Amino acid sequence: MQANTVLSGPAAAPDPDPAEMHDAGPPPAPVPRRRRILPKGWAGQAGLMALSLLAGLAIWQMGSSQGWNLYVNFANIPSPGQVGTSMLHNLGASEFYVHLGVSIQRVLVSFALAVIVGVPVGLLMARSRVFRAMAMPYIEILRPIPAVAWIPLAILMWPTEESSIVFITFLGAVFPIVLNTLHGARQTPEVLVRAALSLGASRLDVFRHVILPAALPSVSAGLAVGMGVAWFSLLAGEIISGQYGIGYFTWDAYSMVRTPDIVLGMLAIGLLGTASTAAVNALTAPLLKWQKRTR
Amino acid sequence: MLDILKYQRAGQPRASTGKGAIEIDQVAITFGQGAEAHRAVEATSLKILPGEFVCILGPSGCGKSTLLNAIAGYVAPSAGEVRVDGAKVEKPGPDRGMVFQQYSLLPWKTVYENVAFGPRMAGKSRTEAGSIANTFLGMVGLRKFGSRYPAELSGGMQQRVGIARALANYPSVLLMDEPFGALDAQTRLMMQESLLEIWQKFGTTVVFVTHDVDEAVFLADRVLIMSAAPGRVIEDLKIGLPRPRSTDMAAQPDYIRARQHCLEVIRAESRRAFAEQNA
Ligand SMILES: Nc1ncnc2c1ncn2[C@@H]1O[C@H](COP(=O)(O)OP(=O)(O)OP(=O)(O)O)[C@@H](O)[C@H]1O
Ligand SMILES: [Mg+2]
Repeated sequence: MQANTVLSGPAAAPDPDPAEMHDAGPPPAPVPRRRRILPKGWAGQAGLMALSLLAGLAIWQMGSSQGWNLYVNFANIPSPGQVGTSMLHNLGASEFYVHLGVSIQRVLVSFALAVIVGVPVGLLMARSRVFRAMAMPYIEILRPIPAVAWIPLAILMWPTEESSIVFITFLGAVFPIVLNTLHGARQTPEVLVRAALSLGASRLDVFRHVILPAALPSVSAGLAVGMGVAWFSLLAGEIISGQYGIGYFTWDAYSMVRTPDIVLGMLAIGLLGTASTAAVNALTAPLLKWQKRTR
Repeated sequence: MLDILKYQRAGQPRASTGKGAIEIDQVAITFGQGAEAHRAVEATSLKILPGEFVCILGPSGCGKSTLLNAIAGYVAPSAGEVRVDGAKVEKPGPDRGMVFQQYSLLPWKTVYENVAFGPRMAGKSRTEAGSIANTFLGMVGLRKFGSRYPAELSGGMQQRVGIARALANYPSVLLMDEPFGALDAQTRLMMQESLLEIWQKFGTTVVFVTHDVDEAVFLADRVLIMSAAPGRVIEDLKIGLPRPRSTDMAAQPDYIRARQHCLEVIRAESRRAFAEQNA
């Protein structure tokens, strides 16, 4: 960019190559332009992504077809072709969609519950010292317990398998949501709270018009993290119990030695996780549009 | 909409709503407890009349904001009480509008929504609150900017919105904590003039904190000078300059005398504080 402006005189036009610029020898030494690895813009990015994926597939194909055994054993890993075949087969069968549908539904229910509980709890903790002192020990003790460790107790606690899976998934999502909301709400500049109070806002109004919006950037980050952990926890739950769900599908494939299905299940999980996090971000983005203009 | 017209008509040359009397009665404010205790305001008593424009002048850290915050209801006095129109101040309320030094518009609301916020909180309908917001934005010359977010406005413009927002509740008292402190000299002068104009129309009591002697003398009916920390009022000076004020008054003997007097009081006080610190 800079080089172009410096050399806008007739001698330098049109858009000289960096090598030639030295020969032309205009008085101000031009900044040599770094060669772009990528063609500009979206197309270049997408091309590179595709290239990288293709390379990965090629390595995978070689590893599995030649049965590499370099401590890590590729011999039993299905090839991309086998996984592709499994995918075509499963996409043609209605049962696969049932598995997907059940998992998605579980995540949606658990995540919604986690939002309904997590955001208000986080906000209250931020504004009430009493509530914070009461809630904090539970959070600190329960949060580090991984979903898998909850499974035995959850099965004993809840009347149905379905409810125990939802419970485990909920637990995974709720802690990041509470903590991020708490953190965001505590960042609220006190002057904004004071301004609102002096304009006649009640305590509830302050929550709605000041503390919640101030916390929103952090809340939405918490929602995205919570969504990721929700999938993580859901799969733990589905592997141990249940008869449906993508986690069950994957684990069942392992028990039945349908190796291509294992990989298909894993890929589906990865895709669902990414898609749902993207959906969370897309849904919260309109609420944060005031922020873009700040920067 | 109608309220404002009424004020304007009544206000020639200067309105008074008859409301907005402030009594500060033996107020002392201490932060912290025990060994940590720190006295910010020393027992202070004073009366401010309805419609009066009072400037509080004092060195940094002397407790000006703290005293103002006690009137606003953000901090409770450790002793004594503040009364506005006879009622003890216990919490912030829309009868006392506040303009802060820092940016205090809600960043997620548009300029228009910020000004309409007070009327909405007072239970006015959306349309009614909207027309009040437009009236006051017009008064500070920013009606065109209603749909912008605060971050898109300059510092001076944001402060004008802050004033419009505080006035939109028709408060009987307007509290201002170094509202123009962050502005450049020209903008500041312009803001001072338009503040006086607005005040003449409304007749609200104004308590204006500053550490700028010229600003205090130019704006005020009365200048209260505070001592170095812990703050107490050491001088209560009436400024007799005629209204409306204009910038060329700075050359008048009355202005110069008032300014001189303030500077002397401040100098004597800082010498005393300095000697005390070294004792
Ligand atoms: N919330 C608080 N907790 C503890 N100390 C405080 C608090 N608020 C103010 N103080 C202290 O009280 C004293 C007076 O502060 P204040 O903000 O009222 O000063 P000020 O006159 O407004 O100063 P400036 O001109 O710099 O704004 C200072 O020593 C300050 O550190
Ligand atoms: Mg201050």
